[in-house]
Amino acid sequence: MIENRKGLDLLTHVLLIAAVAVVAFPLYVTFVASTRTLDEVLTVPMPMTPGSHLLENYAQVLTGGSTRGAGAPVGRMMLNSLAMALMIAIGKIAISIIASFAIVYFRFPLRRTFFWMIFVTLMLPVEVRIIPTFKVVSDLSMLNSYVGLTLPLIASATATFLFRQFFMTVPDELTEAARIDGAGPMRFFFDVLLPLSATSVAALFVIQFIYGWNQYLWPLLITTDESMYTTVIGIKRMIVGGDALTEWPLVMATAMLAMLPPALVVLLMQKWFVKGLVDAEK
Amino acid sequence: MGQRVAFGSRWLPYVLVLPQIAVTLVFFFWPALQALWYSFQLQDPFGESTEFAGLTNFEALVHDGAYLASFQTTALFSVLVATLGIAISLGLAVLAHRVTRGTMVYRTLLIWPYAVAPAVAGVLWAFMFAPSIGVVSYVLRQLGVDWNWVLRGDQAMLLVVMAATWKQISYNFLFFLAGLQAIPRSLIEAAAIDGASPVRRFWTIVFPLLSPTTFFLLVVNIVYAFFDTFGVIDATTGGGPAQATNILVYKVYTDGVKSADLGGSSAQSVILMIIVIALTVVQFRFVERKVQYG
Amino acid sequence: MASISLRNVEKTYGHGAHANKVIHGVNAEITDGEFIVIVGPSGCGKSTLLRMVAGLEEITGGEIAIGPRVVNRLEPAERDIAMVFQNYALYPHMSVYDNMAYGLKIAKRPKADIDERVKKAARILELGHLLDRKPRQLSGGQRQRVAMGRAIVRQPQVFLFDEPLSNLDAKLRAQTRIEIQKLHAELKVTSLFVTHDQVEAMTLAHRMIVMNAGVMEQVGTPEEVYARPATTFVASFIGSPPMNLLTGEATPDGFALGDVVLPLPRPAPQAGPLTLGLRPEHAEVRPEGGWALQVELVEMLGAERLVHGRLGSAAFTLRIPSTDRAPVVGERLMLAASPDHLHWFDSGNGRRVG
Repeated sequence: MIENRKGLDLLTHVLLIAAVAVVAFPLYVTFVASTRTLDEVLTVPMPMTPGSHLLENYAQVLTGGSTRGAGAPVGRMMLNSLAMALMIAIGKIAISIIASFAIVYFRFPLRRTFFWMIFVTLMLPVEVRIIPTFKVVSDLSMLNSYVGLTLPLIASATATFLFRQFFMTVPDELTEAARIDGAGPMRFFFDVLLPLSATSVAALFVIQFIYGWNQYLWPLLITTDESMYTTVIGIKRMIVGGDALTEWPLVMATAMLAMLPPALVVLLMQKWFVKGLVDAEK
Repeated sequence: MGQRVAFGSRWLPYVLVLPQIAVTLVFFFWPALQALWYSFQLQDPFGESTEFAGLTNFEALVHDGAYLASFQTTALFSVLVATLGIAISLGLAVLAHRVTRGTMVYRTLLIWPYAVAPAVAGVLWAFMFAPSIGVVSYVLRQLGVDWNWVLRGDQAMLLVVMAATWKQISYNFLFFLAGLQAIPRSLIEAAAIDGASPVRRFWTIVFPLLSPTTFFLLVVNIVYAFFDTFGVIDATTGGGPAQATNILVYKVYTDGVKSADLGGSSAQSVILMIIVIALTVVQFRFVERKVQYG
Repeated sequence: MASISLRNVEKTYGHGAHANKVIHGVNAEITDGEFIVIVGPSGCGKSTLLRMVAGLEEITGGEIAIGPRVVNRLEPAERDIAMVFQNYALYPHMSVYDNMAYGLKIAKRPKADIDERVKKAARILELGHLLDRKPRQLSGGQRQRVAMGRAIVRQPQVFLFDEPLSNLDAKLRAQTRIEIQKLHAELKVTSLFVTHDQVEAMTLAHRMIVMNAGVMEQVGTPEEVYARPATTFVASFIGSPPMNLLTGEATPDGFALGDVVLPLPRPAPQAGPLTLGLRPEHAEVRPEGGWALQVELVEMLGAERLVHGRLGSAAFTLRIPSTDRAPVVGERLMLAASPDHLHWFDSGNGRRVG
């Protein structure tokens, strides 16, 4: 910056650190609660230092679940969440990249129609059409299944659009050189386009993994069998009316577990993630 | 069409778009059309048959006090979430951009709430602000504030706004930071030479240059507030107390699933769809001028 | 190695009322081993023409034949051609070696064969030590050589160059020009080279095709095109500084140019309105010459000087050796035009007359 006042710089840091602390506070409280017993949590105010029951609570929750409300083991729920997140991320990327490839690199009748059909789904999330979508899934006997959990959610267009934006930055000459080299469309796709798209794929993977893992309304609707619950809705199901009835330490432990994998993915793949998000809007 | 190269295969493009189009048709268009269809239908009391009823459902909604209240609630909620979210994250981005070292560290530390599910965010904040056992509630009581969101609608709204905004700040922050980093230093330096103070520089140069980002985030945040916050509401207030936090998307759910009012719920869905389409059109018109048919 | 025939080649974009014809009937017969430069200003259609030969643009009218085969319907890969692009078009994620080998791999050539060809091309282009590098680690000139290497290994019948030197700085351009010439002398592959730079055209071409607005204005050797331009466009495009073109009327007393009359050392081929062309080096300062040049600006180039001025109200540029006395701004110089180098063009259509 131009004005180089030391004091101002210090103040900026102080403010930022304060912001980081405020943002992290809920996480800290949750973590502390997940390491304490129920009695400790219910004492007002709850002690603000980590307790000694970390292993106990987490083990309990992973294997046995809560004793009140939803009783399914969180370990199983995390598996479901993982399956859902991976299937959505991989599925969406796969169908979007080839659809985008077709729309950008081919000329064919109905191209515009397909483009707009896909475009329309861009911002209409499942929450808007839940009841009829539920009915369709039910009619297809896909309730309580991984397929039912994931298939309806891979229709949206965000990935297709990101790939389209990216493909449009690939110089025409590269495609022409490949054509002259004798590469057909699919060969060009696998040998040239796909390797160049690696960053976009990575960014999308992060975004879609989190999207899939954090799904709430849809799994809520279509899973009635406890063994199909995902971690996120498992938490909700554990909260049974009234502050005193819920097993808070276990709920908080589950919340920590629910946040862990997506947070890891974001932090480890931060560079690609930011690039993908920000580039998509250029 | 643009000057793009194109492969000439006749059948290959269809095979490539097929999966996405198929899924879109089955799980998007078909249900959306059904919603449209049912919105024009009335069910008999036993749910046995339906008959065409024109705009009856829509008229009923317009006259339904609860629905209009829900509209207001949603409007209030989304305005709060959007403005708070944008203002706070813009401030943080300016700060993070200003420090010479550590920008990326702060970014890492502020980015992680993006990974938190809205529902989980709701649970965390509800726990902190739980009327009896919440740690923050305790502090508030010490300060003489009568805190009980289970009973007081305005406090419930406050709670969900905080939870929803907290989560969204990291997303907005990323975009603002990128936007700030994209502004050429030479512009700022030229303004400084012209004698502009930092505050003036910000409002006359930086902020206008950020306006596409701001506008984009405005739309995204509003859509977020409309839909993605379902989890926040369901995991905390359940739309209450007394419909105080019953936003539109939540009402669609309760009316459709809990009350099994197919016609009314479908009509609500249709109205929501129209709102979102309008928002999307606005966004693409004014922000993404580069959407081409090609 | 093969000949190329362009028979009435046309290109039209769009249909019906929106049809836009950008190439109007190009005809040329290119013999095996020739180095042909297609030169013209931006937008004249030269790249389009090249791309039609390559198969990257559809041929909407006429025929193109490579060797005995008419290639209109053939895919680029089937035409046995190789192309060097302006922006190199190297695959960014592949090494130099893989870039050059890619086409051969697709053609399913045996590995030993591919290796031999790539190494040989690398040797010719002095890329041997760069084979493992990625394009982003190379300089512009090196990248261009890799692009050429990619073309060479295919051992095609025809080389196509699409303004390959335009992205290089001036010094590199001159260097690479010479390399291309040497390459052609060694490999002797029929080549089509597109450029907007007339210096490249003059130095590289066995023959040139001069294009303007989709029309082939002239085909000929550099000497022919320079000495006998077929149109005013060619006359002013080829040669730097450009030929002076004076539009006036040929009368029995001389060439009437506005309010001055220029005496002609040799009579005009016909009377009436005509455009007279004279290159800057084809006039001399001579007191008895009848052309009065009002000097406005003098540029010193080193070995020579450019004297810009006016004959009457028409602009005129003269070239004199710098060893001669330097003219002064405002001075009136008397010039004599060389009788052997008067070019006459029709004032309406610009075509050469007589």
